[in-house]
Amino acid sequence: MNHDAYDDNYIRSILNNVKSIAMVGASPVNVRPSFFAFKYLAQRGYDMIPVNPGHVGKALMGKPFVASLADIDRPIDMIDIFRNSSHIMPVVEEALKLSPLPKVIWMQLGARDDAAAEKAEAAGLKVVMNRCPKIEYGRLSSEISWMGVNSRTLSSKRAPIPTQGMRLSLNRTSFGGGQTAASDRAAKNKTETT
Amino acid sequence: MTDRLPGFSTLAVHAGAQPDPTTGARATPIYQTTSFVFNDADHAASLFGLQAFGNIYTRIGNPTNAVLEERVAALEGGTAALAVASGHAAQLVVLQQLLRPGDEIIAARKLYGGSINQFTHAFKAFGWNVAWADPDEIESFERAVTPHTKAIFIESIANPAGSITDIEAIAAVARKAGVPLIVDNTLASPYLIKPIDHGADIVVHSLTKFLGGHGNSLGGIIVDAGTFDWSKDNKYPMLSEPRPEYHGIRIQETFGNFAFAIACRVLGLRDLGPALSPFNAFMILTGIETLPLRMQKHCDNAKAVAEFLSTHPAVSAVNYAGLPGDKYNALQRKYAPKGAGAVFTFSLKGGYDAGVNLVSNLKLFSHLANVGDTRSLVIHPASTTHSQLDDAAKVKSGAAPEVVRLSIGIEDKEDLIADLDQALRA
Repeated sequence: MNHDAYDDNYIRSILNNVKSIAMVGASPVNVRPSFFAFKYLAQRGYDMIPVNPGHVGKALMGKPFVASLADIDRPIDMIDIFRNSSHIMPVVEEALKLSPLPKVIWMQLGARDDAAAEKAEAAGLKVVMNRCPKIEYGRLSSEISWMGVNSRTLSSKRAPIPTQGMRLSLNRTSFGGGQTAASDRAAKNKTETT
Repeated sequence: MTDRLPGFSTLAVHAGAQPDPTTGARATPIYQTTSFVFNDADHAASLFGLQAFGNIYTRIGNPTNAVLEERVAALEGGTAALAVASGHAAQLVVLQQLLRPGDEIIAARKLYGGSINQFTHAFKAFGWNVAWADPDEIESFERAVTPHTKAIFIESIANPAGSITDIEAIAAVARKAGVPLIVDNTLASPYLIKPIDHGADIVVHSLTKFLGGHGNSLGGIIVDAGTFDWSKDNKYPMLSEPRPEYHGIRIQETFGNFAFAIACRVLGLRDLGPALSPFNAFMILTGIETLPLRMQKHCDNAKAVAEFLSTHPAVSAVNYAGLPGDKYNALQRKYAPKGAGAVFTFSLKGGYDAGVNLVSNLKLFSHLANVGDTRSLVIHPASTTHSQLDDAAKVKSGAAPEVVRLSIGIEDKEDLIADLDQALRA
């Protein structure tokens, strides 16, 4: 897997197939990126589970916080890690002890741990690093185009009418793999120098 | 199915546009509305808090403008774009995100005369200082770097003489200095040059010129390359620090590699106000659909006219990078192999008076202050666009008294040559 530039079909198949997402590092503070992403994904119909030992006893969008992945009472399809790169490995190690295993490990925008990715992939999991599922969902559904963002997709079909809580079509023709070439190179250079 | 990258012409027609969800309209509708209803109070709060993607008010975003933004971002190879009211507005909004009073920008001396004025006078009043450098001497950019430098600004094909800038060499200076390179790509358009491929971090355009292409609508755009790390060294607090007007959101942390375009929208456009009319966005979008066809014709015509002028007895010199032997021909072959653009200058043996006479004797060329129209245009910079500069500055910026600037249109080249020939003889 080329973790510098993901093929859109790879991201699309993940977002189309997972149903439950545990968000490690979810925050109840409504200006944190994790809060935005949690709320957005919940509104798109995903079964969201907030994981954060500091907020047990509270709830996010009506979903109670759990302290750790082991405390979740149902199978999880995807683990979205909202932690710095240095905190990824222990989460992945914990995820690999779950039964059944999750299908996807997703590391948030800015987070990347190639060793942890390798470990998860060796166990048969799919891995996405340094991406935001909210942004990718918005991009592949063309919803994000309202913000002038280059979705890098084309479609000659009528766009779905966006309404609260509906899941937008993810069936668009993509061009090129993943991010734009220049931004990919910049991210790669940053990874190599840090 | 493997993803494949569509060609430039396909993107010029399709990128950003999709049949309208409610009516199925195939052309992009003109959403001539100031505001958009919210689904409920929570939706409104999410939009205002930047938590949801969507429309609030046309000063911040509009669906017609969004199609234009995505299309230009796709053509330039950027992550996102923001359309604004004019090329000047684009420059203002970009620099407002980057500079605080006392900060500096290094700008190429060869710039559109309007930009020289904007930088020299309007921006100076904001406490933004400009250091001028010579794009023909890369070291002059290096020498101009100080601890207050926040950006470098150049034109890909430079006004007025159509000279070609060594973007990669100046991008290397910017990288070393840890500042973004801003490239005004107006005269090239992404059909000829894609500055992001050569190291630009931000691209700006006057859409009024070749992108719109028909001389009917003002517009400007900012393209975010998604390449610059705004949080490093805390030099760009608008992007890296919590924004009090958005309850402490950090723009780069939240929006990743299109954070600059978002900052320009939710901090720049929202507060400064130079929004683009959706009607103008529609006109410009229609123009962009034929950009590849028009731009090639502009370049082919310009080369024919430049060749004609270079042998004319009344002409002392032609500055067109597409001519073999021109000072910028090697750079043109590297950066703009499809053509050297359609804006260039030539010098008349008869000096200032010959320039004034030529302009008044032309019958097909229009005498006006614009470039990048379907129609061929002419101007005598020394008596018009550059008249506010002193004589030394006129010469330095390529607008000496004997110089005439042409913007070659998409008419038949034989007619353009005939018109110039009769005017030069008159």
